[in-house]
Amino acid sequence: MNQSAPIAAPRTTTALAVEAHGLVKQYRDKRAVDGVDLAVPQGCIYGVLGPNGAGKSTLLRMLLGILDVDGGTRRLLGSDRPIRMAREVGYLPEERGLYPSMPAREAIAFMGALRGLGLHEGRARADDLLDRHGLGEAKHKPIRQLSKGMAQTVQLLGTIVHKPRLLVLDEPFSGLDALNQGRLEKLIRAQAEGGATILFSTHVIAHAERLCERIAIIAGGRIRFEGSVADARATLAQRVRLVTRATDGPWRAALPPDAAEEDGHWQFDLPDGGIEPLLSALIEGGAGIEQLSIERPGLHDAFIAIAGGAIGSEDIAEAKAIPEETGDA
Amino acid sequence: MRELIRAAWVIGRRDYVATVFSKTFALFLIGPLLPLIFGGVFSIIGISGDSGPGPAPTVVAIADGDIARTLAAAHKRVEAPDSLRIEPPTGDLHAQTRRLLDGGDAAVLTGGLDRPQLTGASDALDHLTPDVGTLVDEARDLRALDAQGGAPTKVAVARRAVTAAAPPPRKQTGADTARTGQFVLVFLTMLLCGMLLSNLLEEKSNKVIEILAAAVPVDAIFLGKLVAMLAMSLTGIVCWSAIGVGLYELISHQGLWPQDFTLDTPAVGWPLFALLGVLYFSASYLLLGAVFLGIGAQAKSVREVQTLSMPITMGQLLVFAFASAGVGRPNGHTAIAATIFPWSSPFEMFARAAELPTLWPHLIGLAWQALWIAIAIRISSGLFRRSVLNSAPFVGRSVRT
Repeated sequence: MNQSAPIAAPRTTTALAVEAHGLVKQYRDKRAVDGVDLAVPQGCIYGVLGPNGAGKSTLLRMLLGILDVDGGTRRLLGSDRPIRMAREVGYLPEERGLYPSMPAREAIAFMGALRGLGLHEGRARADDLLDRHGLGEAKHKPIRQLSKGMAQTVQLLGTIVHKPRLLVLDEPFSGLDALNQGRLEKLIRAQAEGGATILFSTHVIAHAERLCERIAIIAGGRIRFEGSVADARATLAQRVRLVTRATDGPWRAALPPDAAEEDGHWQFDLPDGGIEPLLSALIEGGAGIEQLSIERPGLHDAFIAIAGGAIGSEDIAEAKAIPEETGDA
Repeated sequence: MRELIRAAWVIGRRDYVATVFSKTFALFLIGPLLPLIFGGVFSIIGISGDSGPGPAPTVVAIADGDIARTLAAAHKRVEAPDSLRIEPPTGDLHAQTRRLLDGGDAAVLTGGLDRPQLTGASDALDHLTPDVGTLVDEARDLRALDAQGGAPTKVAVARRAVTAAAPPPRKQTGADTARTGQFVLVFLTMLLCGMLLSNLLEEKSNKVIEILAAAVPVDAIFLGKLVAMLAMSLTGIVCWSAIGVGLYELISHQGLWPQDFTLDTPAVGWPLFALLGVLYFSASYLLLGAVFLGIGAQAKSVREVQTLSMPITMGQLLVFAFASAGVGRPNGHTAIAATIFPWSSPFEMFARAAELPTLWPHLIGLAWQALWIAIAIRISSGLFRRSVLNSAPFVGRSVRT
């Protein structure tokens, strides 16, 4: 568990699907990625979280070899030349793209062919994938005749048609309705169960919380946290919510210094000594406890705290307000 | 290299199929034929209109002194042929004859009255020989009368047939063939390369470019697109050639093909000339195409592509002018310079094939052009990566690490 500083990739004996040390990307006067370390274990669902403009897409593009690095090293499936591993990798870019006049089946087969799959085999797999995902009737329709959601599904199927060992998805849930988001989550889990490593970026925390085994939170071009979802949540203390009948009395002296009253209840971090000593003091002080609950912070709270601490609360507020279709660096 | 070719094949196949099997390809094929069809139709109309009586073909008699005067007097009497002009000899009879025939005169009479010889195109000779025979007979009669003191008694003179002869052989330099071949090559390259300017706009607008760049080397994208468009262009040329040959057969069968419209046989022979034409077209297409693709990749919209078209067209014309300056002197300094400059090299070498029979320079020329094709693709793909994918400057570092 690391927080709020450039971190060293964890030293682990697990084989790594993706490995990066000190990656740097400079655009004129802006450093989009600033010394990023990353270690994605094989077979893992790994999320890269960050607000818009944090450098997520740039990082993924560098890892895939689409962009040259201005500093640092990267290894993809053991190779320091990512393009050599292209046949083992599936990539869904943030900006979706397909040839509009190409039939869905051909589009999937073409994407497979780019990754070394034979055209005949690609067509057979495309038929199977389209049938299994409810698009069997659309296989001969040109992309321009499909709905946006269907076209995105076709592109996603094209990303997995060659059965990649590593799946890199840049904002995969962007533009999908709730139903299709659920289908995509299911598909990602299925790929992971099949042994593939999934690396995806998102600024929608709920998806990461449901799917990811490990996450990295990136802000301002730097990794601010790397670890499991539980680790991220553990960066914040548990919060105590207290409602009392008495408004004043000796019990108030028992409250920790950070306790704040808001809308008729008290809120404060769970003290280091646990809840029992506090509870005793409140009872003895005549607080008249009506309600006391201990709330475990979610990944969303952790993300706000970690990323917000890095780039400032104003930026985070803006990031929260921007819908998920917004682009990234 | 193997992966590069495989990836280029995948991309090229997609582009070729998407282009050739589209409805717009039929329009593409018809486009360049329209001016040819209209030109052909109007030419036929013009030829048909010319079939009525026109100015009489002129026979030029090269003679001086008494012979000239006698011929003129004879012509006044017999008025045959319809148009006769008498010129004094200027020294080199062959050269004078050649000049007169090239200048548009139908036939030239030489040899005086004793060994008259009529020179001209075979069809003109067929038409004019009887009239000229009559003229010469009359002139001999007049000469005989003059020799007898002016008595008006007609004396029989042995007739001597006028000898019909083909024009003296013209020295074949192949320059006309070289110029024509060069023009066709430049015209086709200009016509077909322009499409490459906007070729990558499709990928940019469809956002497919990132998918391609993530899956295959950028060099393969460039190579695939170039080769696909070359294949598409060759498909078009094959179609146009087939239609052209069909039209030629039709027109010549009707006897409407202009007799004067013939080209010298190229120095390397027609079959090899045609093969070299295909190779040099491919080389010029790939060389210019790589530049076009690279420049076009910088464009963000159709408007920008249109803006780029004008200076590029002017550049092409300059290259053409440079290459054509060497025609006629294939071993001259201009021709050698045009051969060395990569973008004019295919045009110059093609002209050379029409003028000189030596083959080994073509092997060197093609290898030189292949080297520059590779360099042009590499530079253009680097520019492309830099602009389209917003990558860092590529110069001085490996294109893909």
